Amino acid sequence: MSTHRPLSRANIVQTIAGGYIPLILATLVVFLPLLWMILSSFKQPGEIITMDLKIVPESLTLENYNIAMTTVPFAQFFLNSTIVTLVGATVKVLLAILTAYALVFVRFPFKNAIFVLILVALMVPPQVSILPNYILIAGLGGKNTLWGIILPGLGTAFGTFLLRQHFMTLPASILESAEIDGAGHWRRLWRIVVPVSVPSIATVALVTVVSEWNDYIWPLIITDRPETMTLPVGLTLLQNSEGNGSGWGILMAGAVLVIVPILVVFAALQRYIVAGLTQGSVTG
Amino acid sequence: MTRQLTDRPSAVAEAGPALRRRPKWSGRTRRDFFVFLALALPNLVLIGVFTYLPLINNIYYSTLDWTLGSASATVVGLDNYVTFFTSSDAAKVLGTTAIFTLVTVGGSMVLGLLIALALNSKVRGTTFARSAVFAPYVLSGVGVGLVWLFIFDPGYGVLAWVLRGLGQQSPQWINDPQLSLVMVIIVYVWKNLGYCAVVYLAGLQSLPQDVMEAASLDGANGFRRFLSMSVPLLSPTTFFLLITTMLSSLQAFDLIRIMTPLGNGTSTLIYEAYLQAFGAFNRAGYSASISVVLFAILLIITVLQLRFVERKVHYS
Repeated sequence: MSTHRPLSRANIVQTIAGGYIPLILATLVVFLPLLWMILSSFKQPGEIITMDLKIVPESLTLENYNIAMTTVPFAQFFLNSTIVTLVGATVKVLLAILTAYALVFVRFPFKNAIFVLILVALMVPPQVSILPNYILIAGLGGKNTLWGIILPGLGTAFGTFLLRQHFMTLPASILESAEIDGAGHWRRLWRIVVPVSVPSIATVALVTVVSEWNDYIWPLIITDRPETMTLPVGLTLLQNSEGNGSGWGILMAGAVLVIVPILVVFAALQRYIVAGLTQGSVTG
Repeated sequence: MTRQLTDRPSAVAEAGPALRRRPKWSGRTRRDFFVFLALALPNLVLIGVFTYLPLINNIYYSTLDWTLGSASATVVGLDNYVTFFTSSDAAKVLGTTAIFTLVTVGGSMVLGLLIALALNSKVRGTTFARSAVFAPYVLSGVGVGLVWLFIFDPGYGVLAWVLRGLGQQSPQWINDPQLSLVMVIIVYVWKNLGYCAVVYLAGLQSLPQDVMEAASLDGANGFRRFLSMSVPLLSPTTFFLLITTMLSSLQAFDLIRIMTPLGNGTSTLIYEAYLQAFGAFNRAGYSASISVVLFAILLIITVLQLRFVERKVHYS
């Protein structure tokens, strides 16, 4: 903190050494690997399989992307990921809004007990449920189907919790006036509660989109045919067929396809995403 | 904790005599009962079927000698647990889990705090740097794992190239079990330290400014101030991070699966459970018993958290 003698030389040196250098270092440590991924995805095999490293590709070639697309059905993976993410996130956000509204604004006898059950579910990691869920979904015929990928993740404790906390802070007055006007729950929910909660809902929606897109362990287990694989699972398939060594450029092209969409979403809307993912730290 | 509105009765009562509609709830109460069920039940049923039911089923499966895909299974009681804990697997898997968890938690918290301190300085560009540092946390573990696998590649990786420039041979990151654990830990910390940095930054920014200034007027220099003031005052944040990062480290899967598919030296509890059921062996019952062990550990941490958060971590 530079409170005294703002323009002294010592102070400027201190600001640069204590302020800028760590910041630049931290930023580079994050960006260089990602930049390397993008550069490598445009290189020709000869520029990768070499002891004499070239940083910038001599000519930008889309060959790696072409090979990635023809070795495995990448367009299909992309489509599957998009469907799973959009359907999954839409249903989850909707369920979260409805449940949170019910928990805060509708009278019901066991609301606290239900809320505790949701809080506990928030802490149960999906990883320990994969085997029972696999047996359940496979038994229902959901193996290698998109609904089989989507269904087990649809119940949402996280979104319900976050929106409930937000709905609790809404001023009572706006809902009371609506009640006097004779508006029922359905109208109060969509005309009043949802419109004034757009930022919180956006936070839940974005965090859900990101986690659906990146989700790996469940789609990996429930699909083994390319037709229904999502991008992360398809990337594993590509890794198996390209092996270690010669296929790095192709694998980097695949990595770009899974990473860059989320990077773009994050760059545009990072405020909501950071707030949603670090939620809880401030409220204790 | 701002809670202005909870259940309506009291709020309406405060709103004045104009709204005296206290008795005669019965019709509305019944209607509300069904409205609540209509709104909340789908979500609650899904949570019940896919979150709670598996916990019970896992415990049941863990008592079976059962090959995944086979129609028959024999009940063997606690045999799977006995097998796990008496084999050399247990020591190896628990040891790997402990090392992975402790080093990733410690590493991302210490580095996260250092970055938070840098982000807390009053220079331009901190907002951008904050987002940049957080970015890896939201990226696909599969994509990130592949990128780093390329960087670590002993033949054509950047790291090998740098080491060659220094006259060194690249270590066998992938084939050496110990080094592969080191490699996965490095990448995991890279991916998650932004989370710690942002949470620590929020903690730093909520420190009482008057106390910090008083300390600096007393002549405490930056480092003293940091050690004797910031660190103790940040203890609620540290505790919160300790719990959340420990829980997520114990569940780390994506990077391990992509970077070391065979779990050579990187078989943590979660990965061993996956390999046993879905790897080469199809040992469903045995895998379930490992999952139950993992769940028990996670449960203990969560209970500890709830205990301490109740008692210690209150700001105002």
